Amino acid sequence: MKREGSPFKGVMTVALKEAADHMTSARMHLIMLLVLLTAIGAVYGAINHIRDTTSEDPFLFLKLFTTAQQPLPSFASFLGFLLPLVAIALGFDAINGEYGRRTMSRLLAQPIYRDALLFGKFLGALLVIAIALLTLWLLMTGLGILFLGLPPSGPELVRSIAYLAATLVYAGVWLALAMAFSTLIRSAATAALAALALWLILSVFWSMIAPLVAGAISPVDPYNPMTLLSNFETQQVIARISPQTLYGEVSSMLLDPSNRSVGPIFMSQLQGALINAPLPTMQSLTIIWPQISGLFAAMVLLFTLAYTVFQRQEVRA
Amino acid sequence: MSDTVIEARGLTKRYGSNVAVNGIDFSVEAGEVIGLLGPNGAGKTTTILMLLGLTEADGGDVVILGKDPVRQPLQVKADVGYLPDSVGFYNNMTGRENLAYTARLSGLSHAQAAENIAAALEKVRLTDVADKRVSTYSHGMRKRLGIAELLMRKCRIAILDEPTSGLDPQSTRELLDLIRSLSRDGMTILLSSHILDAVQSVCHRIALFNKGRIGFLGTMEELAAKLGGGAFIVDVEADGIDLSKAVKSAKGVKSVTPDGDGQWHIETERDIRPELGRLIVQAGGDLRNMDLRRTRLDEAYDRFFKEYGNEA
Ligand SMILES: Nc1ncnc2c1ncn2[C@@H]1O[C@H](COP(=O)(O)OP(=O)(O)OP(=O)(O)O)[C@@H](O)[C@H]1O
Ligand SMILES: [Mg+2]
Repeated sequence: MKREGSPFKGVMTVALKEAADHMTSARMHLIMLLVLLTAIGAVYGAINHIRDTTSEDPFLFLKLFTTAQQPLPSFASFLGFLLPLVAIALGFDAINGEYGRRTMSRLLAQPIYRDALLFGKFLGALLVIAIALLTLWLLMTGLGILFLGLPPSGPELVRSIAYLAATLVYAGVWLALAMAFSTLIRSAATAALAALALWLILSVFWSMIAPLVAGAISPVDPYNPMTLLSNFETQQVIARISPQTLYGEVSSMLLDPSNRSVGPIFMSQLQGALINAPLPTMQSLTIIWPQISGLFAAMVLLFTLAYTVFQRQEVRA
Repeated sequence: MSDTVIEARGLTKRYGSNVAVNGIDFSVEAGEVIGLLGPNGAGKTTTILMLLGLTEADGGDVVILGKDPVRQPLQVKADVGYLPDSVGFYNNMTGRENLAYTARLSGLSHAQAAENIAAALEKVRLTDVADKRVSTYSHGMRKRLGIAELLMRKCRIAILDEPTSGLDPQSTRELLDLIRSLSRDGMTILLSSHILDAVQSVCHRIALFNKGRIGFLGTMEELAAKLGGGAFIVDVEADGIDLSKAVKSAKGVKSVTPDGDGQWHIETERDIRPELGRLIVQAGGDLRNMDLRRTRLDEAYDRFFKEYGNEA
């Protein structure tokens, strides 16, 4: 059946209202404070470390993102860990919150499609995350210039901006997940817990689960080296179900130009390669493209799930 | 020629094995005020939700203003305003901001919205608190804010689900006046309510819902006729006479109900006060008082559900 009228009517109105709400909410302020403190800590640690050990590294600026100084993790890895939390905080009550406040039926009685409400909410939250990420990125660059005294080079800029874009897609996956939970589960608290549980499983326990499952599916035969390889590949496939893994691969490829592959490397592939010579930016992007598409697909899939459920929901509040 | 603005045919909604709305047909003419009445759980809210496309009907179809709400929801919703039974707002925004948001969603221009909102808030007496957060509003104030939203949008059809619940007597009266004046201006209004005299005072026609069906749809007079009673009631106070016997057989009398202590309610087809007075005096009674009024909706309602309430 064909519907008339644009499904996008009202999207921007909803998105801007949501973004304004998030920007002024105590929830967002708290979580951004946490992110900011951790970011500054990580960068500060990285700067100290780089100062102590600096060599003639042509990608010093990118090192800011990846260098970890115990006990703090690197900026990139803590972003991979904390960003889902931000996304969940912004999305867990997107839909069920409207039911709870009893504003849903009033909203949907306006001449807009349900699509517009869902998509507007998604865009609004993503906009807020994008602004936060951009702020962080500028802060890093500023600190880098201030303490290391060197501006990023052209390739570094391109790489770090590509990294920023990939990070936004990664946040989008978690946002779509949180919104899917907020559509499926009527209680906001339960939806938040469910999303947090999934986040813990995928980001903390998945690296333990993957080898176990891989061992069961394709066990290693000590006399057959090929089983070792197939075990490793199974493990990788399972690990890649978690967006955390995909994102980790993306950020390590983009932020470390000397990385040549995300999978196992065979000696034959290394023939003629200059070990540790940086890979051109475009090639790094090409290698990592499947991961980025994977993240994007996951985001679209989760959003579609939320959309399908929401379209058919009865609006009695 | 009057034109039909809402037309529903065979509207059905099932929840599992429970049939909430069971094949309802009705049509509403432009400018009419229709009251939806019936016990809790009779299917009034469910019917309203199906009209608005807020829940999917399991069967039947609806035409609103000549359009199909499923295919052309935006055009339909642009002309139909809805006040839910439990209306909510964003607590962290002021009343005015809440209305401004829905005004933007409904596509009003900024200037137009500001003007309409100010006028609407004035009408529901919320101007003083318009710039306070909704979290500081009472239940009735929220309800009135919901009504202001309807006014602001200037729709052609308004659907109100229990608009009077939680309103103080003054606000109730004002709402009823408002409904009357909106109806005079040509707005079609559908309202559900449990406050029967409110419904009677504003509605042209009433629909009695009974277990998912419309048991009756028509005017008060038609309802009285259907129930086999008269359209009027004469309240009589008299001494020294038993009216139950004396006037029972008089022409135009439908029934006589004693109300204790020399008082009777006499149901009649028309105004027969002169004849009644003569009868009582001739029979030697002392007539103290005699009042003519229309049958009250609550009386008809009780009768209706006594007679038809047990029908499946
Ligand atoms: N979400 C639901 N799931 C299952 N049954 C429902 C649901 N919502 C309503 N019902 C049932 O549908 C029937 C009609 O409910 P509806 O809300 O339309 O009644 P109503 O006439 O508006 O009553 P009230 O006067 O109490 O507002 C009831 O029997 C109710 O139990
Ligand atoms: Mg109801």
